[in-house]
Amino acid sequence: MNAANYLYLSALLFTIGAVGVVIRRNAIVVFMCIELMLNAANLSFVTFSRINGDLNGQVIAFFTMVVAACEVVVGLAIIVTIYRSRRSASIDDASLLKR
Amino acid sequence: MIDLAIQVGQTAKPEATLFWILAPLSVAAALGMLLVKKAVHSAILMAFVMIALAVFYIAQGAPFLGIVQIVVYTGAVMMLFLFILMLVGVDSSDSLTETIKGLRPTAITAAVGFGGLMISLLGRATLGRNAVGVEAANAEGNVQGIASLLFSTYVWPFEVVSALLITAALGSMVLAHHHRIQTRPTQRELSIQRFRSGSLANAAGLPAPGVFARHNAVDVPALLPDGTAAAASINASLKARGDVLNSSVFELGNIDTSVEEEK
Repeated sequence: MNAANYLYLSALLFTIGAVGVVIRRNAIVVFMCIELMLNAANLSFVTFSRINGDLNGQVIAFFTMVVAACEVVVGLAIIVTIYRSRRSASIDDASLLKR
Repeated sequence: MIDLAIQVGQTAKPEATLFWILAPLSVAAALGMLLVKKAVHSAILMAFVMIALAVFYIAQGAPFLGIVQIVVYTGAVMMLFLFILMLVGVDSSDSLTETIKGLRPTAITAAVGFGGLMISLLGRATLGRNAVGVEAANAEGNVQGIASLLFSTYVWPFEVVSALLITAALGSMVLAHHHRIQTRPTQRELSIQRFRSGSLANAAGLPAPGVFARHNAVDVPALLPDGTAAAASINASLKARGDVLNSSVFELGNIDTSVEEEK
C-alpha cells in the first residue's frame, strides 16, 4: 500500500460530500456534508505533507480546521435564525428572495 | 518520473491493514450519511467518519492534527450540530420528494464523473522526484515541528485566524440573540388573566398528561371522568410533531362494576 491510497479516499469522500450538498434538503445535513468536504481536503493536505516530508501541509490543515469551526458556528446560528422565523430547517423553504 | 507516491512511506503492513479496514467503513458511513432519512443518524455517521479521519492522521505522522480532529470536530463541532438538531427538532427528517426535477440523477452522474476524473488524475500524477515520509520532519516531535512553523512562517495568518474566530463568535451571538418585544408577564398578571378569561375551566391550570390513564408518559393524554381523552393535557409542540400516542389504547373503557355490585 502506498500513501496515494489516502488521496483516493480523500477524493471519494469529497465527491460524496458534494453529492450530499446537492441532493439533501435538510439544512443541517447539507452543512454536515460541507464539513465532510472540508475534512476530505484536510486528509489530502496531511497526505501531501507526508509525501513531501514537509510539515507545511499539516499547518494548512490546522488552519482549515479553525476556519471550518468558525463556519460551523456562524452557519448554525443562521440556521437557528431562519428556523425561528420560518419554523423549518429545509433549504427549499428559504426562498423568499425568489418571489 | 516517479509515480506520485510509489516510494513514499511504502507503509508497513499494520498501516495497510488499518487503512483497508477503516477506509471502506468510512466511505460506507459517508454514503450512509446521504441515504439515511433522519438528521440525527446522519450526525452519528458523520462523527464516525471524523474519528476514522483522526485515526488516519495519526497513522500518517500527524498526531497533533489527529488529536485536534477528535477534540475540535467530534468534540465541539458535532456536539454543536447535535445541539442545533435538538433545538430545531430531532425528527426534522427530509422530505424525500424531489423538488427540482431530475436533480438527483443529474447530481449522481456529475459526481461519478467528477470522482472518476479526480481518481484518474491522481492515478496518473507524477511528482518528478523521490517522495519522502514525514519522519524526518517529525524528528524533534510533531507538535514542536508544527509550533515552530506556526510561530515563524505563519504568525500573520495565525493572528488573522484568531481575529476570525472572535468575529465568528460575536457574529453568532448577534445572530442568535433575539429581542423580547413585550415584557414578560408576571405570575400575578398570568393568574388574573386566567380568571378573567371568561371560562373558569382552566383556572386551576391545564390538566397534566397521563392522569387517570393507564400510562403516565408525557405523550399520553389525561382521561376525563367519562373516559375520553383531554386534548388540553398534551403539550402543543408534541401534538404538532405528531408524537402523541393514540389515547384510546390507554382509555379505561367500560369500567367493570360487577365486583362492587356483589358486595
